Amino acid sequence: MAIYLDKNSKVIVQGITGREGGFHTQRMLAYGTNVVGGTSPGKGGTKIESGQPVFNTVRDAVAATGATHSIIFVPPQFGADALYEAYDAGIKLCVCITEGIPAHDMLRVVASTHGMRIIGPNCPGLVTPGKALVGIMPGHIFAEGRVGMISRSGTLTYEIVDNLTKAGLGQSTCVGIGGDPIIGTTFVDCLREFANDPQTDALVICGEIGGSDEEDAAAFIKEHLSNKPAVAFIGGRSAPPGKRLGHVGAIISGNTGTPQSKVAAFQAAGVPVADRPSEIPQLLKARMGVAAGV
Amino acid sequence: MKLLEYQGKELFAKAGIPVPPSGFAKTPDETEKFIAGHPGSWVLKSQVLMGGRGKAGGIKFADTPAEGKKLAQELIGKILKGIQNPEGEQVRSLLIESKLPIESEAYISITIDRSSKKPVFIVSAQGGMDVEEVAEKDPGALAKYFVDPAMGFQPFMARLLAYEAKLPAGYHKTFPKIAKGVYDLFFEYGANLIEINPLVLTKDGSVFASDAKVDLDDNARYKHPELEQWQNEGPADDDERAAVAIGLGRSNYAKLGGTIGVIANGAGLGMGTMDAIRNAGGTAANFLDIGGGAQAELVRKSYALVVSDPNVKALFINIFGGITRGDQVALGIVEALKGDDLRKVPMVVRLTGTNEKEGREILAKGGYNPVETMDEGAKRAVELAK
Repeated sequence: MAIYLDKNSKVIVQGITGREGGFHTQRMLAYGTNVVGGTSPGKGGTKIESGQPVFNTVRDAVAATGATHSIIFVPPQFGADALYEAYDAGIKLCVCITEGIPAHDMLRVVASTHGMRIIGPNCPGLVTPGKALVGIMPGHIFAEGRVGMISRSGTLTYEIVDNLTKAGLGQSTCVGIGGDPIIGTTFVDCLREFANDPQTDALVICGEIGGSDEEDAAAFIKEHLSNKPAVAFIGGRSAPPGKRLGHVGAIISGNTGTPQSKVAAFQAAGVPVADRPSEIPQLLKARMGVAAGV
Repeated sequence: MKLLEYQGKELFAKAGIPVPPSGFAKTPDETEKFIAGHPGSWVLKSQVLMGGRGKAGGIKFADTPAEGKKLAQELIGKILKGIQNPEGEQVRSLLIESKLPIESEAYISITIDRSSKKPVFIVSAQGGMDVEEVAEKDPGALAKYFVDPAMGFQPFMARLLAYEAKLPAGYHKTFPKIAKGVYDLFFEYGANLIEINPLVLTKDGSVFASDAKVDLDDNARYKHPELEQWQNEGPADDDERAAVAIGLGRSNYAKLGGTIGVIANGAGLGMGTMDAIRNAGGTAANFLDIGGGAQAELVRKSYALVVSDPNVKALFINIFGGITRGDQVALGIVEALKGDDLRKVPMVVRLTGTNEKEGREILAKGGYNPVETMDEGAKRAVELAK
């Protein structure tokens, strides 16, 4: 099972001949992802070295391959256009890696692409360990298992997954939802999927300062997901208010986005918040033990 | 990018939002000349980004050219300090604005609501006050409307807001035009926030935007290159400038005042590294995110930037490669340590993820042995900084 992605998902790469697109296409193929081709306007009719066909448009790619998933590696000023093109061609799930897409472009994209699940932008993608990886995550750190993982961060996700895997806790699906203010898929969207996924027994939520997505996630867990043990982590707890650290989403302004509010919300939902990523496996095992009546 | 009031008002005028008659001056002589040419009662408004400008003494009133010149001499060059910015901000120019006979003051703003993924208008009849204060004391006084971006702005939204916020009747005729102007600017320029506080109704029944707060999304700046000239008029942000100078994003470098330099790939890991240093009993001197896919040259420049801060006693480079490749990071580190042009500080490297094997080999050849985990690295860095 898992969510959003399995071994049979047919994936195309938008921007397959670019430096990053090309590099990560090879890594996704090596992981076992069913990459069936890609787009690069002007290079339609050619093939990349590993044999996958290149198309001029997403419509052509979908018509020829039956792809349902796409991953976007294009510069930020073309990000919205690439998302619209995927939607127009009937793509069902689109992972947008691109960082720096204007928030207003994303406001319009999410308002007018109903029916297409967008992961990101500014995200590391998603992986269903042992089956498929659509993103830029280092595949070797993941292991097949039963923990669902959702994260706003990219590299911090790797840190946590690495700790989980080394502690013997494999993952069902790991979704990097992205760090921008406006993203296609939120924690709550993922939690809804994980709630119905029989392969997922437990959850790890990696949040950050800024915004209120973590509070929303805590409220959802309290209401609908008390049967699956969960542990949270909040990055940036030592950050001073008003400082913009890296991406736009991570900023404490006024009373919104403070770590105190996020930690309190998770604790009120019965979700322990780890002080460091290395504590997560232990906290999760303890919670799973409680759930299993050990 | 935050705009000064006069810059925001230039955009307002283009979008059909009425602004009071005004002049602009960078010197006392220009101030005198403007008032001499336009006799009347004028307000001299210091052009600074900080809040609480009036309380800090940045707003004065002048009725004659001589008075204007004298007050401008006091204001231009002065450093205004407020509760929100104890370091202060220097006044470099003045907006000279017609003094309005105020009947009533209202409030309108638009910003992005992350949860609903929609722009949200906030309107209140209690203008001139800090909106956060109103939200706390009298939340019912704030009318909100979440706009569906696919529908865009429609005049009924302004009518709903005006009635719900109980704006005095004198506003009703012009308010839809003002709200439309605010919405148009919001999308056209990619704003994080547009705020008019107060929106003044004068005794003779006119409505004017008496202040302008505009904060633009840096990611959308490429759409309006003509605004770049304004960038140099605001207060200097040395961190931002340093980051841009080496090819990083504007907010990828921030000084934090501690003793341990931090270089990480990704904002999340950067913040996590700061947290780990704090947990190990140390303090981060900075936050530097090399972003995704950094090449060796950028890593070298990042090293140079961090060690240029004399507070940095030790450095923690924490890399978990995804799109960033370990070999490129290692090459950058080795390159930075060659030669004598850069200050050397005790350093801990943690390198894992994509191409970690190649990266570790490069570092080993350079005589450096990276640590395995973030906690271990943070602990080492704290010891080294002692």
